Amino acid sequence: MTSKRDLLVIAREIAGSARGSEQIEARVGRGRDTEVEVLRGSVESLTVAESEGVTIRVVIDGRQGVASAGSLDPEIVAATLEDARDNARFAEPDEFSGLATPGELGNAVAPDLNLWRDDLALIPTEQKVEMALELERAVLGANSLVRGVESSSYGDGANESALVTSTGIEAVHRRTSASLGASALAGPESETQTGYGFSVGRTLSDLDLEYAANQAANRAVRLLGATQPKTQHIPVILDPLVARTVLALIVSALGAESVQKGRSMFAGRTGEEIGSPIVDLIEDPTNPEAFGATPFDSEGAPTRRVDLVTAGVLNGYLHNVTTARRGKTVTTGSALGSGVGARAAYLRPGPLSVEELFASVPHALYVQSVSGIHSGTSTVSGDFSVGAEGLMVRDGVFAEPVREATIASTLPRILLDIAQIGSDLTWLPGGGAGMTLLISDMMLSGS
Amino acid sequence: MLDEDVIRRTLATALKRGGDFAEVFIEEKTSSSASLDDGRVEEVSSSRRRGAGIRVVVGETTGFAHTADLSEEGLRSAAEAAAGAAQGSAGVRDVGAFSRKTVEPTHEVRDYPESIDKEIKVEALRRADAAARAEGGAIAQVSASYADSRRRILVANSDGLIAGDEQIRTRFSVNAVATGDTGLQTGTESPGRTVGWELLEEFPPEQTAQIAARRALSKLEARPAPSGKWPVVLKKGAGGVLFHEACGHGLEADLVARDASIFKGRVGEQVASSLVTVVDDGRLAREWGAYGIDDEGAAAQRNVLIEDGVLTDYMWDLLRARKEGRKSTGNGRRETYMNLPMVRMTNTFLERGETDPEDIISATPYGIYCVALGGGQVNTATGDFVFGVTEAYLIENGVLTAPLRNAQLIGNGAEALRAIDLVGNDFDTWAGTCGKDGQGVPVSSGQPTLRVSELTVGGTGA
Repeated sequence: MTSKRDLLVIAREIAGSARGSEQIEARVGRGRDTEVEVLRGSVESLTVAESEGVTIRVVIDGRQGVASAGSLDPEIVAATLEDARDNARFAEPDEFSGLATPGELGNAVAPDLNLWRDDLALIPTEQKVEMALELERAVLGANSLVRGVESSSYGDGANESALVTSTGIEAVHRRTSASLGASALAGPESETQTGYGFSVGRTLSDLDLEYAANQAANRAVRLLGATQPKTQHIPVILDPLVARTVLALIVSALGAESVQKGRSMFAGRTGEEIGSPIVDLIEDPTNPEAFGATPFDSEGAPTRRVDLVTAGVLNGYLHNVTTARRGKTVTTGSALGSGVGARAAYLRPGPLSVEELFASVPHALYVQSVSGIHSGTSTVSGDFSVGAEGLMVRDGVFAEPVREATIASTLPRILLDIAQIGSDLTWLPGGGAGMTLLISDMMLSGS
Repeated sequence: MLDEDVIRRTLATALKRGGDFAEVFIEEKTSSSASLDDGRVEEVSSSRRRGAGIRVVVGETTGFAHTADLSEEGLRSAAEAAAGAAQGSAGVRDVGAFSRKTVEPTHEVRDYPESIDKEIKVEALRRADAAARAEGGAIAQVSASYADSRRRILVANSDGLIAGDEQIRTRFSVNAVATGDTGLQTGTESPGRTVGWELLEEFPPEQTAQIAARRALSKLEARPAPSGKWPVVLKKGAGGVLFHEACGHGLEADLVARDASIFKGRVGEQVASSLVTVVDDGRLAREWGAYGIDDEGAAAQRNVLIEDGVLTDYMWDLLRARKEGRKSTGNGRRETYMNLPMVRMTNTFLERGETDPEDIISATPYGIYCVALGGGQVNTATGDFVFGVTEAYLIENGVLTAPLRNAQLIGNGAEALRAIDLVGNDFDTWAGTCGKDGQGVPVSSGQPTLRVSELTVGGTGA
C-alpha cells in the first residue's frame, strides 16, 4: 500500500488493455477494517488492517477465464491479467456468455444509496475498544443467570470498489459498516446455554448496545432447563433470524441459473401459486435499510426492486446478463459473484405484532435457532429437516424450552403454509430481512 | 521468502513500545480451479495472495496488523500498527538470535499443481461428467470441479524461532442431480488430500462421479427415515465429522479457557466408553488436515486427546500454552495471513477397535446404517449436535434393507461417546473445511465402523 491510486483509474487501465475480440472486466477494491475482541474486562485482540485486491474476467470467443490477486501492485495486476487470459483458453465456449453491454442493462438507473459515513474514519480506536468492553459488561449485567460472556466484539470496515468493462460499463461504489456482537453463557456448568446478540449499522453511532446485550442474555437464559419434546405435528413460529434463513433458501431456488440448469424446485412454475395468498416476496437491494444494499450488481448493472412473488403467485426469477440472454429477457441486476443471487430479500410485513401473532394460535413451537441447514436442506429437492432449539408457546406466551429436536417439512410446503407474517421486519447482517413467521404445520421430532 | 535481517528489524519495530512477544507470519498462496456444469467447462480461474501478518502480545492483549506489501517499508508500517494496537508501555525487549527449525515432511508431493497442464485438468472434469451420466437416464444434471493450491509460509518470532513450510492440496468434487417420481435428488462426493494431481490416481474422476450419481439415484428410491431413538451404525469414515464437531471443538484449549466447553476441568476423568481413543494428528501423511509446521511455527504432532475413554489432554496453540507454562501441541492455525491464529484441529479420529464391521451390522436387530453425513452443527458449550445424513439404510434383523432419506442425527457429544458399544477394525477418513470464528481451514476426520447404542433420529417417517 505504498501508493493510493484512484481505483477507477486502475480499473480503466486494465479494461483498456483488451485486444481484438477479447473482453475484459476489471474489479478492484480497497478496504480498511478494525476489529476488537475483549474477554473478561481486557482487550484480547485488536486488529487494524488495510487490504486491496483485483479480480479480472476475460472472455475470448465465449470462453471465460478469471483470475484474482490480493494486491494492486502493477506487476501483480499484470500477471493476474495474463493468468485470466490463459485460463480462458481452457474453458468451453457458450453462446450466451460474454460481458454485459450498456444496452442490456435495462432502463434502471443506479440508486444513490448513501452507504458511506465519513465520521467512521475519525472515531478513535479507544472508543471502539470501550464499546466492546461496555457490551461485555452489559451482557453480564442483563440477567443474573448469565454466568459469563464467551465473546464480545466490535468491528467496522470501509470499502471502496470500482468495476470497469471493455464493453463500456463503469460502476463505482463505497460503503462503511459497523457491528457489535456478543455471546452469553447462562446457567450452571452442568447445563450451559448460549445466546448470541448483535447490532449492525453504517457507523458506530448506529449501534444499539443495550439491544445486543439484552438479546444475547435473553436468548441464552430462556433456554435454561430445555428438554427434548415429544414427536408431534405442530404449528411453528420462526424467529426473524430463522425466518430469514428459510427465506434465503427459498430465494436461492428462484435464481434463473439454477432454474435453467434443472436444479430448482420452482422451475417452470411462473404464473402459478407457489405460496400462501398472504405472501409477497420482494428482492430490493435499492433499499438503504438493507445490509446487502448496493447500487450495482457484480456485473455493474444497476440494481432494482424485483417482485418475485405477489399474493402467492410466482412472477419470475432473478437474472444476470447471461441467464437473461438464455431466457430471452433482461437482467434484474442480480449478478452475484459469477452467478445469480439475492442481496436483500424480504416478505412484505403483515398486520400482526409479535404478541398478536403469538396469541393467534393456541399452541406452537417457537424456533429460536436451527442447525444443520447445509446438510438437512436442499434447494434442489426441497427437503427441509433441521435441528431446532426454542420454546413451546401456549396461550400466547413462552412455556417450556426445548432442545435436541428437529423440525421437518419441505421448502415449497413451508411457503404454502405461511399463516401469518409478523409486522416486525428486521434487516439482518449478511443481507435480507427476517420477521416473525407462523407456519401452520411442521413435523417436530424428539422423543 | 524474505531476508532474515529484514525480519529481525521488523520484529524490533514491533517491540519498540515494549511487549512480551512479537511474530511475523508471511504467506504466499496460489490456487487454481475449474468448474464444469451443464456439460460444459464454464469457468477456469486462479488466484494469488501474498502478505504478512504481524502480532505483538502485551500481557493479555494481542495487537495485530497485516499487509500485502512485503517491502521492508510495508512490513515496518504494519509492525508499527500492530505495536500501536497492542498499547505496550513496558521496556524494550530484544529479539533473540534466530535458530531455524526444520521438520521432516510427512510425505512427498509428486505432481505439483502448476506442473500439470490445464487441459489435462479440465479433461478430468469431462471424464467425471460422462461417468456420472453413464449411471442412467435418471441423472439429469452434473457439475464437477477441481481446486488445487500451493501455500508457502514463513514464521519468525521474538523467541528466535524461524521456520517455513509448504502445503500442497488438491480436491475433486462431483455433484449429480437425479430426477424421478419423487422429484429431484442430489448426490455429492469430494475427496481431498494434501497432495498434488496424483490425488486422481487414488480417487479416479470416474469413481468419484459414480459415487455421487449412485448417491442421488439411491435417494430416488429412498423412503423417509423413521423418527425415534434407534441404534445407529456409522460406516468407517462417515461419522468422524460428528466427533470432530461434537467432541473435538470442546477439546480446544481456547474454548476451554472461555468456559465454553463441556470438557473443562475434566482431564483424567472417564468421558467416553472405554472402547474410545480419540487422536488429533497433524502428521497423518497425505490427509487433508496435514502439515509440517502450524501457522505459529510449531511442528505438527500426534496428540492423544481421549485414551480408552479417559480425557488426557486438550489441543493448544502458542498463546494458550504460554499462559499455562507448557508447549503448543502444533494446533495454532489461521486461514490466511490476514487472520489471527487460534486453536484448530488437524486430522481428528477415533482409533480402530477389534470387531469385524460386518458383525456390527449383524448384531443390530433394528437401526440406521449411515454411509455419509453432511455438515452439522454443535453447541460446544453443551455438546448438543445435529447432523444431516446424506446416505443411509435401514438395518432390519441384522441386514441392510431400504435406503433412507431426510434423516438427521440429534444428540449430545458426551452422551454419544459414552454410548459407543461396538468399534470396528476398519478405518477411513473424510476431508472437510472446519469453520470457527469466521475462519475456514482444511481438516480431516476419521473413524472405524462403529455403533452408538442409541441416538435420536429425526426423520419425516413414522
